[in-house]
Amino acid sequence: MKLTDLNKLINSELTTKIKNTNIENNELSIDVKVENLYQVILFLKTDENCKFKQLIDIAAADYPDEEYRFEICYLFLSHENNLRIKIIINLNLDEKIPSITKLYPSANWMEREVFDMYGIKFKNHPDLRRILTDYGFDGHPLRKDFPLTGFNEVRYSEKDKKVIYEKVKLEQDYRKFDFDSPWEGTKYIDEIKNKGKQDG
Amino acid sequence: MAKEKKTMNLNFGPQHPAAHGVLRLILELDGELVEKVDPHIGLLHRGTEKLIEHKTYAQALPYFDRLDYVAPMNQEHAFALATEKLLDIQIPIRAQYLRVIFCEIGRILSHLLNITTQALDVGALTPSLWGFEERETLMTFYERASGSRLHANYFRTGGVHQDVPNNLLVDIGKFCETFPKIIDDLENLLTDNRIFKQRNVQIGIVTKEEALAHSFSGVMLRGSGVAWDLRKSQPYECYKDLDFKVPVGKNGDCYDRYLCRVEEMRESVKIIKQCLKKIPTGPIKTVDGKISPPTRDQLKESMEALIHHFKLFTEGYRVPEGKVYTAVEAPKGEFGVYLISDGSSKPYRCKIRAPGFSHLQAMDYLLKGHMLADVPAVLGSLDIVFGEVDR
Repeated sequence: MKLTDLNKLINSELTTKIKNTNIENNELSIDVKVENLYQVILFLKTDENCKFKQLIDIAAADYPDEEYRFEICYLFLSHENNLRIKIIINLNLDEKIPSITKLYPSANWMEREVFDMYGIKFKNHPDLRRILTDYGFDGHPLRKDFPLTGFNEVRYSEKDKKVIYEKVKLEQDYRKFDFDSPWEGTKYIDEIKNKGKQDG
Repeated sequence: MAKEKKTMNLNFGPQHPAAHGVLRLILELDGELVEKVDPHIGLLHRGTEKLIEHKTYAQALPYFDRLDYVAPMNQEHAFALATEKLLDIQIPIRAQYLRVIFCEIGRILSHLLNITTQALDVGALTPSLWGFEERETLMTFYERASGSRLHANYFRTGGVHQDVPNNLLVDIGKFCETFPKIIDDLENLLTDNRIFKQRNVQIGIVTKEEALAHSFSGVMLRGSGVAWDLRKSQPYECYKDLDFKVPVGKNGDCYDRYLCRVEEMRESVKIIKQCLKKIPTGPIKTVDGKISPPTRDQLKESMEALIHHFKLFTEGYRVPEGKVYTAVEAPKGEFGVYLISDGSSKPYRCKIRAPGFSHLQAMDYLLKGHMLADVPAVLGSLDIVFGEVDR
């Protein structure tokens, strides 16, 4: 089966449950509403022609200025068909996503990571704890409004004979340079701002 | 009267020689039987993904060396492929061969470390002493090509950083002649060794179905009898022109995974030999001055080159908007990069898919019902490196 065939199959079988599909850079991605997510994934896993038996990863991204702040991308792989697929959902912070740990046991830690990094909650997750950050960590580091340098730093205190947490104090602030230079003419910057697109 | 069942909680790590890094396991034991395993990870979390969002594409690349620091260049490869896919550029043939040669060296590096430390975990000291000597030779090759033994930063978008120095390929060829003998020696020590077999055969068995459900990849999948290798099934670079076999296990236990790794090292040597024969001369990175920096000679003579150099090392190159996922067959399994670009010179989001993350997650499933002493054996055969698990 080819990617285009899969695209057709999904469009005919799941017409009501998906928003749209597109093939970009030779990769198929499907936009799905949160409430249909579980059904779509169930179909992709169990359908005779799809057989997406392996969940590769769950990747979230933060777009603070968009209508839906977060985007979550599920990456699946089908060994039988040698195909990959991406399922993309958009959601806001107050929404909860159904956990797919029942379908894919490996989703457990991946969902925990998304929760840890972005604070997105999953319904019916067996054990939604932080995973990568420190015990007792506050905040969600991969959100765009979380500073790169963080809020707290740790050091060993000779006085207290233990590791203590302190507010981050830097000798020099993190420097962020703006390299949007006028070398290629003033049009250059405007073009980027208007289109947000520029070829390599 | 039924006896009340008493379990004991045992803390394993985070500093433990058999943990292969900083892993903390909370084990629930019934006598010596493991009932539940709760791995606590993140003790080596450095925020790689966050850091990459604040760096240009060229600056982001070195972070990949620091993920799986046992086979650095394989990681760089995934990121380089992802940016190349977004930029839609082809790299020169010589660069493809150089990349494959160094990826296979990385595979040998990783498998050598894993096999020998797995043996160390179950009580055999000698293999690690022999293995590390070979690793040192291989890292010298890394050093001669890139300038550093571990953190190479050698694969760049559009090719590789620089051409290999004189005689390096000849020396790699010489190594390929002598190395199979070393593998034989290692096998002599381990493959039929009674203690090694007692500790590994029928331990940590994974069925085909479970391996898929737990997102296993690489040797963990092949050890369970799934013939799946990205180099064969979704070939990248010049792998489709090379002739090699994919070793597959039968029983899915620790011992089969060990055998797979040994065979893979032999296959890697075969691949390197073929590459050395086939490698053409020519450019080693794309000639597009907007992506690959000019040489020092050009800098002295050409104004345009100077401007390019300045722009590339301050602002960096812009990558067209888009979302791509690329994966490579790293020694430990499928290593993938999911890259979101917003059209600027910095990645908007870079999700790193580390094979070890899924493998470690299955610890609970793998160890349930095993003895306490099997914990290091199973952990060893998972091939965990914390750089990539914690990211």
